[in-house]
Amino acid sequence: MSEDKKLPDPSIIKEEILAKYPPKIARKRAKSMVVVDKSMDQEVQSNVRTIPGIITQRGCCYAGCKGVVLGPTRDIINLVHGPIGCSFYAWLTRRNQTDPGEAGPDGENFINYCFSTDMQDSNIVFGGEKKLKQAIQEAYDIFKPKAIGVFSTCPVGLIGDDVHAVSREMKEKFGDCNVFGFSCEGYKGVSQSAGHHIANNQLFKHVIGRDNTQPEGKYNINLLGEYNIGGDAFELDRIFELCGINVISTFSGNSNVTGFERSHTADLNLVMCHRSINYVAEMMETKYGIPWFKVNFIGGDATAKSLRRIGEYYEDPELIARIEEVITAELPSVKQAAKDVLKTTDGKLAMMFVGGSRAHHYQELFAEMGMTTVSAGYEFAHRDDYEGRKVLPTIKVDADSRNIEELKIEADPELYNPRKTKVELEDLEKNGLEFSEYKGMKNDMADQSLIVDDISHWEADKLIEYYKPDIFCAGIKEKYVVQKMGIPLKQLHSYDYGGPYAGFEGAKNFYTDIERMLSTSIWKKLKAPWLETGASDPCICAEYVA
Amino acid sequence: MLLRHTPKEVKERKALTINPAKTCQPVGAMYAALGVHGCLPHSHGSQGCCSYHRSVLTRHYKDPIMAGTSAFTEGSSVFGGQANLMQALTNMFTIYNPDLVAVHTTCLSETIGDDLNQICSKAIEDGKVPAGKKVIYCNTPSYIGSHVTGFSNMCTGIVKGLVEHTGVAKDQVNILPGWVEPSDMREIKRIAKDMGAKIVLYPDTSDVVDSPQTGEYKMYPDGGATVEDIASSGDSIKTLACGAFASEDAAKLLDSSFKVPYEVLDIPVGLSASDRFITALSEAARVTVPAAFVAERGRLVDVIADMTQYLHGKKVAIFGDPDQLIPMVEFLLDLDMIPTHVISGTPGKKFTKKIQELCAEKAPNVQVQNGAQADMFLLHQWIKNEPVDLLLGNTYGKYIARDEDIPFVRYGFPILDRIGHSYFPTVGYTGGIRLLELMLGAIMDRQDRDADDTKVELVM
Repeated sequence: MSEDKKLPDPSIIKEEILAKYPPKIARKRAKSMVVVDKSMDQEVQSNVRTIPGIITQRGCCYAGCKGVVLGPTRDIINLVHGPIGCSFYAWLTRRNQTDPGEAGPDGENFINYCFSTDMQDSNIVFGGEKKLKQAIQEAYDIFKPKAIGVFSTCPVGLIGDDVHAVSREMKEKFGDCNVFGFSCEGYKGVSQSAGHHIANNQLFKHVIGRDNTQPEGKYNINLLGEYNIGGDAFELDRIFELCGINVISTFSGNSNVTGFERSHTADLNLVMCHRSINYVAEMMETKYGIPWFKVNFIGGDATAKSLRRIGEYYEDPELIARIEEVITAELPSVKQAAKDVLKTTDGKLAMMFVGGSRAHHYQELFAEMGMTTVSAGYEFAHRDDYEGRKVLPTIKVDADSRNIEELKIEADPELYNPRKTKVELEDLEKNGLEFSEYKGMKNDMADQSLIVDDISHWEADKLIEYYKPDIFCAGIKEKYVVQKMGIPLKQLHSYDYGGPYAGFEGAKNFYTDIERMLSTSIWKKLKAPWLETGASDPCICAEYVA
Repeated sequence: MLLRHTPKEVKERKALTINPAKTCQPVGAMYAALGVHGCLPHSHGSQGCCSYHRSVLTRHYKDPIMAGTSAFTEGSSVFGGQANLMQALTNMFTIYNPDLVAVHTTCLSETIGDDLNQICSKAIEDGKVPAGKKVIYCNTPSYIGSHVTGFSNMCTGIVKGLVEHTGVAKDQVNILPGWVEPSDMREIKRIAKDMGAKIVLYPDTSDVVDSPQTGEYKMYPDGGATVEDIASSGDSIKTLACGAFASEDAAKLLDSSFKVPYEVLDIPVGLSASDRFITALSEAARVTVPAAFVAERGRLVDVIADMTQYLHGKKVAIFGDPDQLIPMVEFLLDLDMIPTHVISGTPGKKFTKKIQELCAEKAPNVQVQNGAQADMFLLHQWIKNEPVDLLLGNTYGKYIARDEDIPFVRYGFPILDRIGHSYFPTVGYTGGIRLLELMLGAIMDRQDRDADDTKVELVM
């Protein structure tokens, strides 16, 4: 349905948007706004510094590291070294659901807590290491956690506190608690993305590979880049269990440190959010020989396709049969649910400006409802997320991101064990599996659709005016702006407190939520009746008087 | 249990804050700046702060919250953020055309020591600020005080940047409402109007963060104190500063710079604080209190008298911001309720002393702490050791309320999971009735839930 639709030409509106900017800014922004032409390789300028004062959606490195990657892990104490704000704002505001599972109601779960060194001016002047040490000690004494992560905020780097040295010292002192630091100061890099990378590196250095206990069952996978927003990972766990697939660790929705430590014993890594976790996927392949491929569990067909790929990877008839059984049992109701909403959704337009992966994933889900994505973009993705990993060798790391550490990984002399031989991998690729590959968002977008990276308030405003979309997908900062224009906004970070949206059940939830939003009565009643009937029209007033 | 790791035993902590009862300065400055008409708040730091601050205000108000950021990179963190701020000002005035930009800082720009005065002066000199437009600013280091301090600092920034002295006395009273909701600011304006008192109130976020849905988005909503009105406050008779923590500094500055005398009052929450506010306003504005206010007050007194059996002797734990807690604790005492545990993350010696004074007679055993490590973890431990009948505080109290099964009323900032705070006032006599309604609702719902079948009452 969506492919047939001829999209309006956005070049005109692009020019109009740029005309408002000072010339230098216009030149820069022009490169981040690309009208898709699939017959061409087009560069989408991305992962470059934010323009001051432009009103960006972006957050910082700390948010990417603590808020996104480590935040969801339930049995680690995430101690924020800094003034109080950073820890306060990341306190329960991302909906990473957790369930201590087998550990029961008394199992470790620190997710509802917020830990901070609450730096004061004296700590800025005289340094905060002493207070940090004391805070780590107090956290250890009260909670006896397995691990404590220390997260640096803006001033920490400037005053020169060494969180890594402090962490090492305390780890040695405790013996039974892994303590490690993150230099994720907010000013590092240009967005949340730098924080993902830093989180990946430290997890790889300090956690992954510490526990060599081999898994017992068959089909052992890790799910990378799935944060269990609104229970997404719960739904995927349900599906995996039905298929007989064993999840060693999810990075990092409803995760625990033990799972991370054993994650290198898996046979396969599935990458959901490419942006935030591709570093771990690559490093695990190099060091341990675990292949990875990209999956997408957003949408019924997408979920079925991703499951089938797992079956193909294992080349095991028993698994393949079981996966087909699950798909046969689950998919029809998803298809039916999509059909049920079609009357409301078919032919409608969507726009999506979300983080670093969802603006792509959800296009498939909208397509299943007959909806077209006219424009989409990310806050902080890199060129490979837009254009595909084939452009990786051509990406130049600029001055703003140069200081983000790039770990040099080699094959582990003892633990490296290629799960598939080169020949096996090549054979699988011939059959359509794509290892270590992601084709990017542009690949799935229609010609003449508009990609906008790091969209500004002004740009979003003008695009809404131009496209008059039926639904806009973004985050909390945009939600009420867009709705004041009379257009419903679906939050694709928090899911507006609903969900799950992943997997089969998730797709159904999404269809009904979108149908509800599109058919909400209040949008037709925004105008006061006396304005609608034209109170300014003198006839109406005059009639009564006469 | 949501907070299953909180032990009953209280151990002294010196360095670790757990579940803070405060947040950092800039969000308060951002909120205050939104109370000026046509103003775009600007965060001079890395962009994460700005996003977080906009997000929490948006979640609290379910309304657009706009602000720019200097978007520091590592380079600007080393070499200073002047170029970023200059570029930001150019971009904001070109693209978003505000009447004025109100700049605040973060721990980043404060630690590196950016001089806002110098940068803003240079921006004006270099023509980055168009004719007729303004830039005001204040310093809001996140490692000092709390969000309330940030609000206070922006209030002084507004006075410093906008108030003028013409020498022609104006027959008006300044009201600095403190950090209250738009509904409260609207109610204070209503009270003044009904009293016939001429006032200038700022910051004023009514019609800004509770803006109507009309199908048309306004980047600068109709509300906000106008620059002209604020400017004129230098010629007023007097300033009434509500809430010492949020408003006293700005009032002092109005006094020292413009010779406008001031009086610090509590935010008019509850019976006694509202009485003092009405009295002070009638004296300052030289108006007699109209008879309608006797009736308005009488309605609140009537409800209290009618419902005392449900309130009397009930133990209450409360946490939040000092200016909200002080009059609320006094109100609880007027209701013969017993403030049992009082926590505020905001530092300041005045607070604990004031609460102890208020409670000395009727609740001498009150546990009160503020500042470092006065957090919700401690509050929860106190509650485990001495249970209460009611919990008052922001949304984060929900986790304690659920674990300990305590009736809970949302009061303060932020409230992320209910509406009402931005639409219905808690100040004045009418606000008092609303607070009573909320507390009685929570207490009576609990009685209905817990009563044996034989003891369920139709009439209460």
